Amino acid sequence: MAEKKVLISDVIVVGGGNAALCAALTAHEAGARVLVLESAPQEFRGGNSRHTRNLRCMHDAPTDVMTGAYPEEEYFADLMRVTGGETNQQLARITIHDSLPSTIWMKSHGVRFQPSLGGTLHLGRTNAFFLGGGKALLNSYYALARRYGIEILYDTEVTDLEISGGEFKRGIATNNGKEIEFRAKALVVASGGFESNLEWLKEAWGPAADNFLIRGTPYNKGKLLKILMANGASSVADPKQCHAVAIDGRAPKFDGGIVTRLDCVPLGIVVNNQCERFYDEGEDLWPKRYAIWGRLVAMQRDQIAWSIIDSKAVGLFMPSVFPAIRGDSIAGLAASLGLPARELEQTVGQFNRSVVPGSFDHGSLDDCRTEGLTPPKSHWARCIDTPPFFGYPLRPGITFTYLGVEVNETARVRFNGNTSPNIVAAGEIMAGNILTKGYLGGFGMTIGTVFGRIAGKEAARAAQ
Amino acid sequence: MQLSDSIAEGQRIMTICNSCRYCEGYCAVFPAMEQRLEFSHADMNYLANLCHNCGECLYACQYAPPHEFAVNVPEVLAKIRVQSYGQYARPQALAKSFRRNGQVVLWILALSVVFSLIAAAANGRLVSDAGNTFYDVIPHGVMVAVFGAVSLLAVIALAAGFAAFWRESGLGAARLADLPSLRRAAWDAMTLRYLDQDGLGCTYPTGERSQSRRIYHHFTFYGFLLCFASTTVAAIYHFAGTTAPYPYLSLPVVLGTLGGLGLVIGPAGLYSVKRRRDPELGDPSQDGMDLVFLSMLFLSGFTGLLLLGLRETTAMSFLLVVHLATVLALFVSLPYGKFVHGIYRVAALIRYALEKEP
Ligand SMILES: Cc1cc2nc3c(=O)[nH]c(=O)nc-3n(C[C@H](O)[C@H](O)[C@H](O)COP(=O)(O)OP(=O)(O)OC[C@H]3O[C@@H](n4cnc5c(N)ncnc54)[C@H](O)[C@@H]3O)c2cc1C
Ligand code: SF4
Ligand code: SF4
Repeated sequence: MAEKKVLISDVIVVGGGNAALCAALTAHEAGARVLVLESAPQEFRGGNSRHTRNLRCMHDAPTDVMTGAYPEEEYFADLMRVTGGETNQQLARITIHDSLPSTIWMKSHGVRFQPSLGGTLHLGRTNAFFLGGGKALLNSYYALARRYGIEILYDTEVTDLEISGGEFKRGIATNNGKEIEFRAKALVVASGGFESNLEWLKEAWGPAADNFLIRGTPYNKGKLLKILMANGASSVADPKQCHAVAIDGRAPKFDGGIVTRLDCVPLGIVVNNQCERFYDEGEDLWPKRYAIWGRLVAMQRDQIAWSIIDSKAVGLFMPSVFPAIRGDSIAGLAASLGLPARELEQTVGQFNRSVVPGSFDHGSLDDCRTEGLTPPKSHWARCIDTPPFFGYPLRPGITFTYLGVEVNETARVRFNGNTSPNIVAAGEIMAGNILTKGYLGGFGMTIGTVFGRIAGKEAARAAQ
Repeated sequence: MQLSDSIAEGQRIMTICNSCRYCEGYCAVFPAMEQRLEFSHADMNYLANLCHNCGECLYACQYAPPHEFAVNVPEVLAKIRVQSYGQYARPQALAKSFRRNGQVVLWILALSVVFSLIAAAANGRLVSDAGNTFYDVIPHGVMVAVFGAVSLLAVIALAAGFAAFWRESGLGAARLADLPSLRRAAWDAMTLRYLDQDGLGCTYPTGERSQSRRIYHHFTFYGFLLCFASTTVAAIYHFAGTTAPYPYLSLPVVLGTLGGLGLVIGPAGLYSVKRRRDPELGDPSQDGMDLVFLSMLFLSGFTGLLLLGLRETTAMSFLLVVHLATVLALFVSLPYGKFVHGIYRVAALIRYALEKEP
């Protein structure tokens, strides 16, 4: 029998996304020999990070890429608000505090930012945008890693770890069906969440999960999370907690990314399969509400809903990648959507009758609302009466999951209350320490960058 | 691929880009795209001619092949671009020359050289005696008449192509008088701004950023301009009464030498960069057109330098005929080859400058 191939390095990084690369580069700079194991093939390297476009960053005065100021306290208050206070405050403070130095580090490692322009959900103050998006960011990191001589193995999925008393001993990966054993003095786990593990999603959500679409990579199956938990790592956050938005129902099962989002919800009404409205479409500005609609749609029968607008709304929202489904009358639209015509006419009619006159302003919380309607539409309510009418199917689109492993301030994983001597975690796999529920746009990349760098440094230290 | 196929593919891809917009900071194509919700054939032609094929948006794209969305902006825009050259070509009967451009231009070159050599030989002027001047081989009047006529026709054809592009923009000729926009466009073209990301160059040809394409293009373009300047200065000297040959350190010869060096180094460099190009980047079916244009420029520069070096030998006559025949072929093919990319790119940059500040 052939000998099993054994890879040996000072530090081994599992994953190939933002957190993994930040850790790999930092560990190398701290003097460690680094090997990266990425389960995706080279063309699809980079996990969900390849779909991102910005990170959230504190700053006390305008910078070259962000407007105004976003002070630490406001950032922290935002986090407390979305999580309802359920956050590890120490780790949260570290993340927020390091966000600004992180952007400087990013620039010095080849990342380029752009002044914020169109279609950015008004995030120019709080968020810095990557020129070219997350894949361009990753390309810079990978190019630097190559110059550093960091070895990267693609198509290499870690399938098992031997851990004793919280200490990493060795691991197994598969590459093209072949098993490889690997050993290192320290292990960085930056393998993302478990959002593309459909079975696991089903455990948490029941059969409804069959109708979920996964917005990002198909490679984040949560294997490392499972292995670490099975070896006694303490977990954080609830497996049911995930960031889910309503996306175009015609999106591919995986990897549809940003272009499948739909921003027209506040401009019309949303109905389910039975043509019933089920939530206030105009509750608040869209950037503050888009992340609740995935969950709302997930609770409808067959996990599907329809956003319905009339021609007045055309041109007021970011174009979607799929064409709107069109009808010259409400009944005609219902037919094209496969909905019962009479019910849809009723719902639209009832909505139109409860719209009170106001002056429409898409950019602010205007006074166009309904009266005597449940659920109400609190803003931007205008009669749906100007043909042609348009509809878009909505499905829950899972962005990422929150369940993760507990870490301390040096990114070391905690096993039954003890910190591991040589396993650190960064990115989505530990984001649940800070973000237990809710979401702040751009926070995922901030956590990954800040803790990726901490993890890299700590792993290099542990490997000495 | 049929014309309408490329346009339809371009429309499909632009619809994806328009709902993504991650690349909006790279170049003019994306901001121009964002001003539109739908993309007509004319819009696609415009966007295609704005694209410099730098590669940034291909390497940055999370939807690039093998992703099922298969977004490859530079490839589809390159295909549309070459079709637009045919569409704008005047007279339209010659539009076909863009299809097998490499062969067409090679034929022009071959015919030009062979005819000139035969003509010169028939007149017994192919071997010069020491002390002969250029005009002993080809009389000044003949040179001026032939090159004057060909240049005039080329300029008319190029101007007609520009007008066709401009008509499609629907902006009206009057807008071309907008000086700030012209200045902006000229600056962007002369500096090759869109091949340069923050002084780092661009991702052509293989994804790693470098300045090589931009530098070699500068050699080529400014080499071409210097040769043009040299000829103009020489013409002025001639009419002022000083006839060629001019001394090595005279203005026309210095300009011509530098220009010739540019036309040798630039196209050779561009070719070497092109050879390494990632096949995903751009449209390899146009390599023939590109190569033959680079070769023509190179040959013009190379034969010119050779002529200068050997102008006091008996090889002068032969070299002069070959050099002039090459330049003649270059001029004949200008409106029907890769050269037009400069015309339409500048036109597109002017349009972009105008649309940006209406
Ligand atoms: C469409 C979309 C848009 C987003 N936009 C933003 C945004 O603009 N800003 C923001 O902050 N966040 C955004 N997010 C969230 C963001 O993507 C994540 O928070 C962040 O990328 C997490 O980084 P990471 O490095 O931890 O994980 P990932 O980038 O997902 O990387 C995980 C890596 O681990 C690898 N891997 C997984 N399992 C194994 C295994 N067993 N063996 C080896 N390798 C393995 C994967 O292949 C992958 O390379 C977005 C997410 C999506 C889906
Ligand atoms: S090329 Fe790709 S990343 Fe760039 S805007 Fe288009 S779809 Fe987005
Ligand atoms: S290849 Fe370069 S110039 Fe062309 S569209 Fe992409 S980024 Fe712009």
